[in-house]
Amino acid sequence: MIDRRNFLKIVSFAGGIALAGKWTYESISQTVVEHPQQGLKAHRWAMAIDVKKCEQNPNCNKCIEACHSYHNVPKLDNPKDEIKWIWKEQFRNAFITQENEFLPKGMNFSTVLLLCNHCDNPPCTNVCPTQATWKREDGIVMMDWHRCIGCRYCVAACPYGSRSFNWRDPRPFIKEQNPEFPTRTRGVVEKCTFCAERLARGMMPACVEACPSKALIFGDLEDPGSEVRQVLSERFSIRRKPELGTSPEVFYLV
Amino acid sequence: MKIYDGWKIILGIVIGIAFFTMPIWLNLSSAQSKVKPKLVYPTDARQCIDDKDYMNHYHMDLLNYWRDSVVRLNMRYVVRNGVVLTHNGQKLEMSLTLTCLKCHSDKKNFCDQCHNYLQVKPYCWDCHVQPKEALK
Ligand code: HEC
Ligand code: HEC
Ligand code: HEC
Repeated sequence: MIDRRNFLKIVSFAGGIALAGKWTYESISQTVVEHPQQGLKAHRWAMAIDVKKCEQNPNCNKCIEACHSYHNVPKLDNPKDEIKWIWKEQFRNAFITQENEFLPKGMNFSTVLLLCNHCDNPPCTNVCPTQATWKREDGIVMMDWHRCIGCRYCVAACPYGSRSFNWRDPRPFIKEQNPEFPTRTRGVVEKCTFCAERLARGMMPACVEACPSKALIFGDLEDPGSEVRQVLSERFSIRRKPELGTSPEVFYLV
Repeated sequence: MKIYDGWKIILGIVIGIAFFTMPIWLNLSSAQSKVKPKLVYPTDARQCIDDKDYMNHYHMDLLNYWRDSVVRLNMRYVVRNGVVLTHNGQKLEMSLTLTCLKCHSDKKNFCDQCHNYLQVKPYCWDCHVQPKEALK
């Protein structure tokens, strides 16, 4: 016969062994599981745009063409329906709060490249009711087109006009479909994703790769040795509407 | 016990039961194996991403898992036991167009055959690019 005392001893001993086994198993399995997903990684992706280099080739649209053909962005000329991931705008419109009366000659009317700023503090992601857009750990403001319900709150929240809404079926307006990237449908919002899909495959963004004069510099802001950090420490840069507190990750070298 | 007009009533009941169970009889006698989807399988591979049985039943779940892994978790490649799977020397991505349709290149006679037969209409192809032949 087991008395009460011995019974409790046996049960608590067996329980202790079971718990110890569970903990060792968990600690082992935690060290084994690791995902061999390659690709470029960073803590804070950012881009610097050399406005001076860009100005020298005012008719060059290589980055825009590369991005828009890679991502199957439709070409709709009507500004109301237009879809744009990266585009050109006059300096005075892009930097509307940069109210310097006496800028260098012609600067106000020169064009600069605009794209999603991938803000450190993005106003667009907070308003999304379905979490179809969010800020990733590496700083990219990502879109999940599967979740987008087309409410356009994010379009309204973005102070930079970086988001476009598909008012029409985009497919007839895509000259040649790139099978590497899906198109979109009517009723979803789209924007630049810093080429998250290319970074994951170890490639630089399409616009950076396409630029013939290396005016677009892309890299990790938290890596002091990166190219972006270097140009930013050597030259003066401005950002769009910094007073809003969104902290854009796209810097303009002027 | 006597039922007035008994044989008429019983005949009526029998005809009634036969009428209401007609779909079952028709199904048993004809529908079986008359029209079945004729699937064209890939010729350059003998195996799918997973067991045939699993794919048959759960490929829609697998695709959802792939979608979330790629878009939300930033993982691109099909990983099994810690290594990236390959096909013809190329790393397999978790992608509808670049993986499923690479092997199942005759989408019209594979995915569509089966889905049309079953009245399933995935809307994925509104965005995901498919080969031109499958559009007709
Ligand atoms: C509104 C357009 C749209 C619809 C509809 C859509 N997708 Fe996607 N899907 C995308 C975009 C854009 C990506 C991002 C591609 C990338 O990052 O390479 C994507 C990525 C994916 C991926 C991973 C990458 C790839 O190339 O396949 C999977 C898997 C996927 N979707 C599955 C589905 C499934 C299954 C459906 C239908 C149930 C569907 N999607 C419907 C737009 C869409
Ligand atoms: C490496 C080439 C390859 C890839 C990639 C591939 N398949 Fe397959 N798939 C096959 C082959 C071969 C078979 C036939 C398997 C068999 O007979 O055992 C098959 C079978 C299937 C079946 C079962 C058909 C039946 O008769 O029950 C489904 C469903 C399927 N695949 C869907 C998919 C989907 C969805 C994807 C993408 C997630 C995919 N396959 C990717 C080669 C491939
Ligand atoms: C053996 C028959 C069969 C084949 C072959 C097949 N499917 Fe399916 N598919 C189904 C069934 C059954 C469903 C589930 C319908 C449901 O649950 O309502 C389905 C559902 C789906 C869904 C989800 C649809 C939705 O509305 O949620 C997707 C996506 C899909 N299939 C993709 C594919 C792709 C891609 C292929 C070809 C590579 C393929 N299927 C081949 C039978 C098949």
